[in-house]
Amino acid sequence: MTTTDSPRVEKRRPVPRAGAGRPGRRSGASVARPGLAWAAPATLFFTLFAVVPLIMVAVLSFAEWDGVDALSFTGVDNWKTLFHDHVMLQSIWLTLLTTVLGVVVQTPLSILLGVWAAGKQRNRAVLSAIYFIPLLLSATAISILWRALLDPNFGVPSQARWLFGDGNLFGHQSTAIGVLIFVGAWQYTPFHTLIYQGATRAIPQVLYQAAAIDGAGRVRQFWSITLPQLRTTMVTSMILMVVGGMTVFDTVLILTQGGPGTDTTTTPYYSYVKGFKDFQFGYASAIALILVVVATIISLVIVKFSGYDKMRSSSEGL
Amino acid sequence: MKRRPNYLAGLGSLVWLVLIGLPLYVMLAATLQSRSDYSSNGPLSWPKHFTLSNYTQDFSNGFGHYFLNTVLVTAAVVAIVLLLIPPLSYAIVRSQGRTTTGVFRLFLLGLAIPSQAVIVPMFYLITKAGLYDNLIGVILPTAAFSLPVCALVLTGVMREINSELYEAMAMDGASPARTFFQLVVPLSKSGLSTIVVFSALQAWNGFLFPLVLTQNEPSKVITLGLFNFQTEHGIDVPGLLAAVVLSMLPIFIVYLFARRALVQGLMGVGGK
Repeated sequence: MTTTDSPRVEKRRPVPRAGAGRPGRRSGASVARPGLAWAAPATLFFTLFAVVPLIMVAVLSFAEWDGVDALSFTGVDNWKTLFHDHVMLQSIWLTLLTTVLGVVVQTPLSILLGVWAAGKQRNRAVLSAIYFIPLLLSATAISILWRALLDPNFGVPSQARWLFGDGNLFGHQSTAIGVLIFVGAWQYTPFHTLIYQGATRAIPQVLYQAAAIDGAGRVRQFWSITLPQLRTTMVTSMILMVVGGMTVFDTVLILTQGGPGTDTTTTPYYSYVKGFKDFQFGYASAIALILVVVATIISLVIVKFSGYDKMRSSSEGL
Repeated sequence: MKRRPNYLAGLGSLVWLVLIGLPLYVMLAATLQSRSDYSSNGPLSWPKHFTLSNYTQDFSNGFGHYFLNTVLVTAAVVAIVLLLIPPLSYAIVRSQGRTTTGVFRLFLLGLAIPSQAVIVPMFYLITKAGLYDNLIGVILPTAAFSLPVCALVLTGVMREINSELYEAMAMDGASPARTFFQLVVPLSKSGLSTIVVFSALQAWNGFLFPLVLTQNEPSKVITLGLFNFQTEHGIDVPGLLAAVVLSMLPIFIVYLFARRALVQGLMGVGGK
């Protein structure tokens, strides 16, 4: 397929006289461009298995389905229930709380570790290789590991009562949330460390040399050069933490099952329970739709403020 | 520039090393001792009587089978991604027109769709298609949800290809297909390895889709095997942790030999 009337090409050349054919030696033979057929398979596949389900979430939120019988439309019933469901409203609060706490804990940790790991010293490279091991484990494996380690009877808390009180970290809301935040930090800090490591290595050394001549110490250099230079990376990393934190599911399912009671029932977990435990698939869809709306708003913020091209460049710094 | 060693940073890094290393140590130590030894010695002690029985027992409990299923799912997901994404990115980069710009926007927006949000309709679709409790039913959505990141990564790499090279190909009268195979594919090897690693990791570590779309032993993947093991025999910590070690073994081996490719694939996760 050839495109001869592309506006981009025309701008670079004088407008051809009528009947003069295609001037310009640079274009030479017409460049063969791939047609839409090249993009069609992936687009169709993605539409069928991601876009259609997304639209169906909206449709199903106005219906009732138990997974077996035919589904029936019930108007806005699910939505009326939703806004009076205190577990649902609490789950939004819990989701926001765990997300914010996750950002607050992980951001300073991963900045410090990332800046440290950006150093070229040999020992730092070796230690970094160990630091990144949690990246290799699935969320399932990490949650199972920590569930076993923190087991009230056989885990570490049973041996260190001076630190853990009664040892049952999963029995109280505050400690259960603490466990979720801690395991989340253990799981995701290495990834964000990696982002900051790349970004720190991309900071021009000239800035540090100039600061050293001015007599700035290590701490001063960190505050006055490193941190300001990492600003865009911080935006990207934090937004990723927010989107990831809003959709945490495996950790809740395996570590706390939303408990004690419904004390750690976050929105994605509640949607799963309503659908696949209580078989109220319509209601589960309404909850999921809330999640989609929030995630979409946040990712529009991503596109607007950080830009995907910046994210690519941060990974190129590796 | 840095004359004296930074003791404070060194100390902090050691604390973090303990936080990362200790759980991994406990995990490894637990899997090498019997269940009774583990519960009497506590999680922090090194095994006195070494045994590999936890691992062999996991294999006889079906983990070998889950392992094979996971290999199958991973291979199929990677194959789908490799079949769909390179032509897509090629079209996005090279064909000029509103439609391909729209297609690229679609995949950008696709990044924002959390898989947690679509499990109900996915369950509905897969059930209606007769693919419930079938590995194909896991493969299709898993592949679909790794497409946006892969499209983004590979499109970025293909944009770097110099347009003079395309013109040189055109001088030779090359068709889009020949340009694709002789120019575009060889020059985007780094991007291709990144999307292979990324989609393989997504498939290998995937949990949500297997959880809601499969049920019985024949179609169980390793993450679901781990989850069921935990809910049914959670008391057998050494056996459970041995299964966790088994599940991460292939990725760990890749990490040892191809750290750069793996890390780049992991960075792709960041786009999600």
